[in-house]
Amino acid sequence: MSQKVKIRIWFLAGLLSWLLFIFFDLYFILLDKYEMKEAYTSVLPQVFLSTFILSTLFYYRYKITKAESINFLDLLWKVFVTGLITTIASLMIRLFFTLFEARAITQNPITINFFYHIYVALVVIYLVSTFVVWKRLILYQKSKNLIQLWNFFEYALILSLIFDFVGHKFNTDFFNMALVFLTGFGIVLSFNLKWVAYLNFKQKWKSILFILLSGIYLYHFLLNMINFSGTEVLVFDLIDRVFIIAILIFIFLYAGISVLVTLFNLPTSSVFERKLKEAVDFQKLSQSTPSGQSESETYDILLDSSMSAVFADAAWLEVKEGDHEIICTRNISEDKIEEIKQQITNDDVKRVIDMNLTNGTPPGRVFTSLSKGEFKSVFALPIMVKNQQIAAMVLLQEVSDAFNREMVNIIRTFVNQASLTLENSKLIREAIENERYKEQLNIAKNVQKSLLPTDLEGNHGFDIEAYSMAADEVGGDYYDITPFEDGKYGLIIGDVSGKGTSAAFHMAQMKGIFHSLSQLNLSPADLIKQTNSALAKCLEKSSFITASYYLIDVEKQHIDFVRAGHCPTLLYRAADGTACFMKTKGMGLGIIRNSGYHNYVHSNALKYEPGDLLILHTDGVTEATNRDHVQYGEENLKTSLLRHATKSPSEVKEGLIDDLYTFLDGKKLDDDYTLVILKFK
Amino acid sequence: MVGINTTVEEPYYEIEVSGEVDASSSIHLDEAIQKASEQHKKILIDLSKLGYISSAGLGVFISYIDDFKKKDIRLALFGLNEKVAQVFEILGLNELIIICSTKDEAKEKINAA
Repeated sequence: MSQKVKIRIWFLAGLLSWLLFIFFDLYFILLDKYEMKEAYTSVLPQVFLSTFILSTLFYYRYKITKAESINFLDLLWKVFVTGLITTIASLMIRLFFTLFEARAITQNPITINFFYHIYVALVVIYLVSTFVVWKRLILYQKSKNLIQLWNFFEYALILSLIFDFVGHKFNTDFFNMALVFLTGFGIVLSFNLKWVAYLNFKQKWKSILFILLSGIYLYHFLLNMINFSGTEVLVFDLIDRVFIIAILIFIFLYAGISVLVTLFNLPTSSVFERKLKEAVDFQKLSQSTPSGQSESETYDILLDSSMSAVFADAAWLEVKEGDHEIICTRNISEDKIEEIKQQITNDDVKRVIDMNLTNGTPPGRVFTSLSKGEFKSVFALPIMVKNQQIAAMVLLQEVSDAFNREMVNIIRTFVNQASLTLENSKLIREAIENERYKEQLNIAKNVQKSLLPTDLEGNHGFDIEAYSMAADEVGGDYYDITPFEDGKYGLIIGDVSGKGTSAAFHMAQMKGIFHSLSQLNLSPADLIKQTNSALAKCLEKSSFITASYYLIDVEKQHIDFVRAGHCPTLLYRAADGTACFMKTKGMGLGIIRNSGYHNYVHSNALKYEPGDLLILHTDGVTEATNRDHVQYGEENLKTSLLRHATKSPSEVKEGLIDDLYTFLDGKKLDDDYTLVILKFK
Repeated sequence: MVGINTTVEEPYYEIEVSGEVDASSSIHLDEAIQKASEQHKKILIDLSKLGYISSAGLGVFISYIDDFKKKDIRLALFGLNEKVAQVFEILGLNELIIICSTKDEAKEKINAA
């Protein structure tokens, strides 16, 4: 059942109960008048009054929501308004009796009882609704014990409804006993006033006003009750109900205690408000980055929070980060700041203000006093990020010795939080930047991949396979093959010194040079010489490139080649099943950057047979080291080749790579490495 | 990780390089050679304790070849283990830099050159 439906049901139940209650009581008076008592049982109106009270109680339980620190005043306002409406209604009844005072109608028991029943309804509504509000306030920040106590109190009150059936009159022994019992409970419960602490100064005054007015309504109802009771024609008297009297006393008690407590809490409310503000400021500081605020906003919040926390009259905050300098000031001019800086003699404070803290430990003493000038107390704190002072905050007070240890602690917390926030924002910025670099590198990686031939097509002379892997995103290894018109093929492998981005750039340059030079159909020696002189102009001083160039004539099964400092190529002879590294003479490109280089270029030639293999590689393969710092070396590569030499080129490739990885046993390669496998037909 | 020890034994300036020279540690080698060349004309480099040299490390030596030729500064390496020697050799540096097996031989060649 939804909340709304419940509220409606209890409202109807209450209304019906009250109508039946009034009907039976009036019916009884009529019977009494004509002295016909036999048909009547006096229990019925009692039952309906009780159900009316219970219905009202449930109605308000659903109607009045839980107490939160924001709605204490709303709750009290509800009490005030309900009280106002019920009081006005009861005043109208009073007015009726005053207007027709001497007439028969106001003496008639039926009239009196009819109006009294309306009055009963008003009293019950006001008492019960106020009771529920009090309950909400008492149970604010409840404990288990408190809930138990309260439930007990409520059950006792409901029991008192049944107790009232017996019909003990006001001020009889049983009546008084029950009343004392319930009142005792009420007193104990009335000291639960945690909500008062959460009101600010203004709200406290309002609460006092509302509660006092509610008390006046209560007094008014009490007077009326006594007044009606005096007419002595009532078939039923509220004063004789323990429930009503007990609840009335409880409401009075709680109202009285609330007013007193609130009143006494008035002077300390500013302290509480300040503490609350500190907490809120602290939160603001810690959240100032995620919401995307800039650093200067963090400084502003820090400065303002700190000032209000220690009641500073003026303050400034100086930030030095690289070249840029910010200064935030409050109630002070920059000239004055310079003046104060001159006056400070305390070394620790001076160091903070001059931002000379480097070792990361803030000094112990952070406040000092000044003898002359407008400000007598100075309080300086450094703001540290990653053990470096990036800012100094200075708080000033006009009176001397205005700052104490407790304030230092509060401000330290603020400053620490601000430092953390600043550090975080720095980290976030760095992370974003890193992310951007990574993306750029990824782009570079893709660009570089496109520099290497994507599919190497075999021909009637040989099959070719290649594999290249960079240690970083981009690398400096290069290989390429160019077919010439006369049926020859130019094959190059190169390795730029170093690795990573700079190597990748040089590799791209090399591709450009090789591509333009290969158009000229030069001999290997000329091509290497030309490449060297082209690279001489664009390579960094300490960079060099090693390369090997092979000019393959598939018709004559002849290869001309030059090794320019590149690691020797492995040649497999199918005829006798042997392999050897071709350690010919040669020098790397870019080492000698003039024509002197020509002296170091040596042309070589070889003949091949079908089934022979040429394994071009870069030093990343032979210099790969495992966990025991053992290099893979030429021998291992050779052994590996001999094991796979008779297989197809792609199987040779897989075999060589597998053997290398088995040797490495999970260790990452820290250099670029490339393998090119040529199998002649 | 690279260890660099320098001793002056007039007229020689001796640099002992130990450990491994890779891209990051090659800077220290560069600094040492730079410093040596400021005061001395005869530089001996002891590589007997060098286990590995990367292409970046080789680049350091290469970058001084021209410079030293112009300023008539002589550089000799000695004590290279087989693997390191092969690296120099493959690149063809043995034809440009004096590479010997012992210190005495290095001194002899430096003076002869």
